[in-house]
Amino acid sequence: MLLAILSGFLIAICLLFLGKQLKGNLPLTVSILPIGLFVYFCTFLPEIGEGQTFFQHTSWIPSLGINLDFKLDGLSLLFSLLITGIGSLVFLYSSAYLRGHIYIGRFYGYLCVFMASMLGVVLSDNLLVLFVFWELTAISSFFLIGFNNDNEASRKSSLLAWAITGGGGFFLMAGFILIGSTSGTYSLQEMLSSSEILKSHFLYALMLFLIFAGAFTKSAQFPFHFWLPGAMKAPTPVSAYLHSATMVKAGIYLIARFTPILGDHPYWNNTLLIVGGITMVYGAFHSIFRIDLKGILAYSTISALGLLVFLLGIGTHDALLAASVFILVHAFYKAGLFLIAGVIDHETGTRDVTQLAGLRKVMAPLAIAGGLAALSSAGIPLTLSFVSKDLIYEATLSSGNSALLFTLIAILTNIFLSYSGYLTGMKPFLGSLPSKFSEVHLPSGFMWLPPLFLGLGGLLFGLFPSLLDSFLIQPVLHAMGSRDIVVSLKLWHGLNTVLLLSAITIVCGIILYLILKPSLKRLSAIGKLDSFAPQTIFISLTRGTKLIAFRYTKFMHNGFLRSYLTKIIFFLVCLIGYYLIRNVDIQLYTDKHTPISIYEAIVFSVMIVAIFTIVFSPSRFIAIISLSVMGYCMCLFFVYYGAPDLAMTQFTIDTLTTVLFVLVLLKLPPYLKIRDKAAQVRDGFLAGAFGILISVIALQVLNEPTNKNISRFYADNAYLLGKGKNVVNVILVDFRGYDTLVEITVLTIAAIGVYSMLKIQSSEIE
Amino acid sequence: MKIILLKTAANYLLPLLLLFSVFILLRGHYEPGGGFVGGLIASIAFILHSLANGLDSTKALLKYSPFYFIPFGLSIAILSGLAPMLIGEPFMTVLWFDDPIPVIGLIGSALFFDIGVYLVVIGVTLTILFTISESV
Repeated sequence: MLLAILSGFLIAICLLFLGKQLKGNLPLTVSILPIGLFVYFCTFLPEIGEGQTFFQHTSWIPSLGINLDFKLDGLSLLFSLLITGIGSLVFLYSSAYLRGHIYIGRFYGYLCVFMASMLGVVLSDNLLVLFVFWELTAISSFFLIGFNNDNEASRKSSLLAWAITGGGGFFLMAGFILIGSTSGTYSLQEMLSSSEILKSHFLYALMLFLIFAGAFTKSAQFPFHFWLPGAMKAPTPVSAYLHSATMVKAGIYLIARFTPILGDHPYWNNTLLIVGGITMVYGAFHSIFRIDLKGILAYSTISALGLLVFLLGIGTHDALLAASVFILVHAFYKAGLFLIAGVIDHETGTRDVTQLAGLRKVMAPLAIAGGLAALSSAGIPLTLSFVSKDLIYEATLSSGNSALLFTLIAILTNIFLSYSGYLTGMKPFLGSLPSKFSEVHLPSGFMWLPPLFLGLGGLLFGLFPSLLDSFLIQPVLHAMGSRDIVVSLKLWHGLNTVLLLSAITIVCGIILYLILKPSLKRLSAIGKLDSFAPQTIFISLTRGTKLIAFRYTKFMHNGFLRSYLTKIIFFLVCLIGYYLIRNVDIQLYTDKHTPISIYEAIVFSVMIVAIFTIVFSPSRFIAIISLSVMGYCMCLFFVYYGAPDLAMTQFTIDTLTTVLFVLVLLKLPPYLKIRDKAAQVRDGFLAGAFGILISVIALQVLNEPTNKNISRFYADNAYLLGKGKNVVNVILVDFRGYDTLVEITVLTIAAIGVYSMLKIQSSEIE
Repeated sequence: MKIILLKTAANYLLPLLLLFSVFILLRGHYEPGGGFVGGLIASIAFILHSLANGLDSTKALLKYSPFYFIPFGLSIAILSGLAPMLIGEPFMTVLWFDDPIPVIGLIGSALFFDIGVYLVVIGVTLTILFTISESV
């Protein structure tokens, strides 16, 4: 399983080097990966169907409880099959959609990274590992939305999407850590047993808030939904894959995964019901005002995601069943509709639904695919969507007190959704063909076969829903905690209320389609509401933040080193001085100290002379040399007090600093005369106060009992565990090797910074 | 700054200081020293050479831009951390060969990690100093 997940990353790295060699063959070669993974995951179907789960453990950082643990159960399998299945189609589709694009290698690299990280999200059993993959999906989504990086709108949308999902990620991480530390484990399956502890914990509401913040931003729930329509700037196969079928469902996955752990609590259910309910109606309502094919699809996706959250919020067995079937159904028809929109855009050059008509005459197979997808989204009998719609109504009808309200908004949403399905799947193909499209022809099979395949799939599973129930859907419910129910999906439920509601939905959808024609006027009508939209509020918030940040930066970082030093030291003196005076009983005894030796007296007097030279010298060069004399004197003190490592390092650093000063000496302005008396006095005071403060602290520390546990541990174990006698070095390369690794990375970044800043500046001057 | 005395001294000091820096690097595990200080000493050796002979001749001597030391050193450090994973130990477990080698002592992955630090420090210091002295 580990290899299956990591293969995407490995292939992406290979593409960096091999992309050029493969050229035209690249897309099809890479497509082997998702197809292979799809087959691989299919082989698990029988065993998972029997109720087994698979677990793989690989140690990563066991001391922190972070391990590469992967678990395959029904829920993971459903998502893995979606990710690799839709992935295969999208990989193939893109080969034709982006044929000849110069960055096609890069595109497939991003797609591979995305697929791998998405698999990581749904298979990880360790929360922190899950989080890493979660962030990786956001990163790959950022690159894919901004794929057309010469287009400003597309760059902006990718930043917006990144800001929202990345911001949610912060909350999510906090939530994971909170849950992890409360339950004492980061493993999801071990957490199942501490469900009661978590639910009765006094921070339960905070946990929910943090987890939901992550899930809602990712799954485009109101009021964070607005990044999703913007994300439609991505190439259409990306929209189909990331922003409809898989990535946006990561939030849904997370909620489903936590259902047996945190679920079944009024806070949990009500939040999901309210947010999901608002989102589904809001998204569905918005979708009917759009005229851009992808715009309609984006809003109907938001609505569908809202519906899923809503169903998870109801939380009964029926609702969970309806949600798991709907995840599958939605992926089938929505990905299909996106791919169809992509073909239409690619061949006609427009996505404006008011202009598109009659395309069935030139693209017959695509029209069939469109029809199937539209019927599927409307829930016409014989499609899988019909089954799913029945389940949804059953769930809302049996949901207790608010059954009537829930059913009503579910019907409303479904009517709007079927309208938008007709608009995108049928409208472009019906009617008479405008003359400007008469030259349009069917593109390569890689583009029209995938949506047709998805449409037929929806039909097949609709006719034989029993193909799904025990193999796939039942294990999904098991994973969500509904252990004891037997799933049996049927096309025909008999004459009952549910059937009536389905019929009402279908009829209303058709009527709506017949009377409501898409027009630019309605789009501009809803545009007037934009000033209240969450997006506008969010953008003005970010503007405000930017302005504050700008002012703050201008004050705090004005580019003068002396001003930085003044501020830092001033702040330090105030803060520590305040603490010392308020909370510490200052006792300065000198009687316990060792007598001052002759070496110390000599070094000390050298230092005093050096200090006065620095302050009063009229020459910069002499001041610099005196400064290094100070540094070397400090080294001598380190040597006396048994810190040879420190002394050595300080000594070399001081030498290098002096060299650095000498290098830039000639370029610096003439010295010292420019300073005014007031500044000198001010600096003198500040420096004096700082010196006194540090001396007081140093003397005070001697009075406090010291805790030597840590240093004793290192001293005792340096040779036993680290096989070295130099404790300092053993700490650096062994005990705290991670720190050192990060430190040298930081050094690298600093070097790159200096290099690029100076080189770019000097090349600009030339 | 072309001073004959300094120039002559620097030419002899360069190999000596480099040798010394390697010595400091290798003995780091038992006595004062280590990759960080070693790297700084080696940088000082090159800086001294460049002060005496001019930047260009030091660059010619180095052959490769000091910048390339950085990724090289980082990779060594990371690989020394990854190596234990091959035998199933977690990342950055320190492995040791059983028998000490004359002069150097025990060899383990920590030593390679330190060599990585050494190279990164040389690369970073020289890149920064060379860039600054070229740009001002």
